Amino acid sequence: MNGVHDLGGLQDMGPVRHEKEEPVFHAVWEGRIYGIDRALRFIGKWNLDAWRHQIELLPPADYFRMTYYERWLQVNEQLAVKHGLVTPKELETGVPDPASVNATPALTAAIAAQRLGRGIPSSHDPKVPPQFKVGQRVRARNMNPTGHTRLPRYARGKLGIITLDHGVYLFPDTNAHFQGEKRQHVYSVRFTARELWGVNASPRDSVHLDMWDDYLERT
Amino acid sequence: MDSTRRTFLTSAGAAAAQNVAHGQDHEHEHQVVPSDPALRVKALESLLVEKGLVDRAALDLLVDRFEHKVGPRNGARVVARAWVDPAYKQRLLIDAPSAIAELGYTGGQGEHMLVVENGPKVHNLVVCTLCSCYPWAVLGLPPVWYKSAAYRSRAVIEPRGVLREFGTQLDEDVEVHVWDSTAELRYIVLPERPADTEGLNEEQLAALVTRDAMVGVSKVVPPGAKA
Repeated sequence: MNGVHDLGGLQDMGPVRHEKEEPVFHAVWEGRIYGIDRALRFIGKWNLDAWRHQIELLPPADYFRMTYYERWLQVNEQLAVKHGLVTPKELETGVPDPASVNATPALTAAIAAQRLGRGIPSSHDPKVPPQFKVGQRVRARNMNPTGHTRLPRYARGKLGIITLDHGVYLFPDTNAHFQGEKRQHVYSVRFTARELWGVNASPRDSVHLDMWDDYLERT
Repeated sequence: MDSTRRTFLTSAGAAAAQNVAHGQDHEHEHQVVPSDPALRVKALESLLVEKGLVDRAALDLLVDRFEHKVGPRNGARVVARAWVDPAYKQRLLIDAPSAIAELGYTGGQGEHMLVVENGPKVHNLVVCTLCSCYPWAVLGLPPVWYKSAAYRSRAVIEPRGVLREFGTQLDEDVEVHVWDSTAELRYIVLPERPADTEGLNEEQLAALVTRDAMVGVSKVVPPGAKA
């Protein structure tokens, strides 16, 4: 989706504001929504790609207006409702409906501690062959999918070189929509700054992006 | 230009806030959004706990881990070890997750990591233009600037300008390699060891290494020098 989250290359966005001695959380509620977010994801009704896409679906002006953890709050409320963990009425009133779902067992500290060590699965899978090789010149596809994608607009249609094969990963464009894992190789692809941004860019600079097989085509 | 854009963003934000308050937004008509996120979070937490979906102790554990246990000190110890132990550095550059696990650091958003090495003619910079991907296991949660629209938009198109704002001036003949974290790989910059630090032990070296240097927006400065 060509959303406002796809920020790479936008200009006039102001200075980068660096806060000295920045705390991990700026308010207690930021830590709590961080914990709630992780805990709800452990329940397993939605995956990381679906979560990222829910953030991308925030209305553009909201996306810029909200702080980072305000976005997390908003999408956790939305995902909890969308996937049936809470009802809209429960969210509105704060009172549990005796007829709505409970988890058995509740996500406890012991379960959370176990889950902290586990995340993205292994990328080693000899059964999934790579479509491209290290050293190969490739072109990032020019595509504009209306759902989730991790191919930024600024790289589409550009020529690059594969510098590393990272192994096999779930394909976010389908996984985010619960349409299958479509596991495939991901590569580090190097684009020169001039290829991406034109003659005024430094001839020495480059940008590496991680790209799935389905984002690339032969040149 | 600069002020125009920001005026637009501010007024767009105000308009959006009104839409939400009046329940006109198609995504969340069901809910009246209180102005204070603290109240909403409290209400959500109480509801989830009362429904038996999560346990408060689980939330405490998750918050505590990232507020107190995991942070850039982890990454600093990895960097210092690589500076003093060439064999460790080789393992780190070839297989970062295993080498980092040797020091006891594992966990989510650290399953797949890549360490990129700075040198006299190469400077690396890490960004996530699409969201906020960051190596939690070694650096903790990202700072606000890393997640900001300004950093995410500009790091790929004008990295040298962004670096200058952090006080990092690079010579023209230095290559800047920007790493946009578009997949599940998480990047950590191995900064150059500063000059005149031969007399320092591993622990003293680790104390010099900053989060910003491991993201690549700054360099590690020797003790006594002004950052």
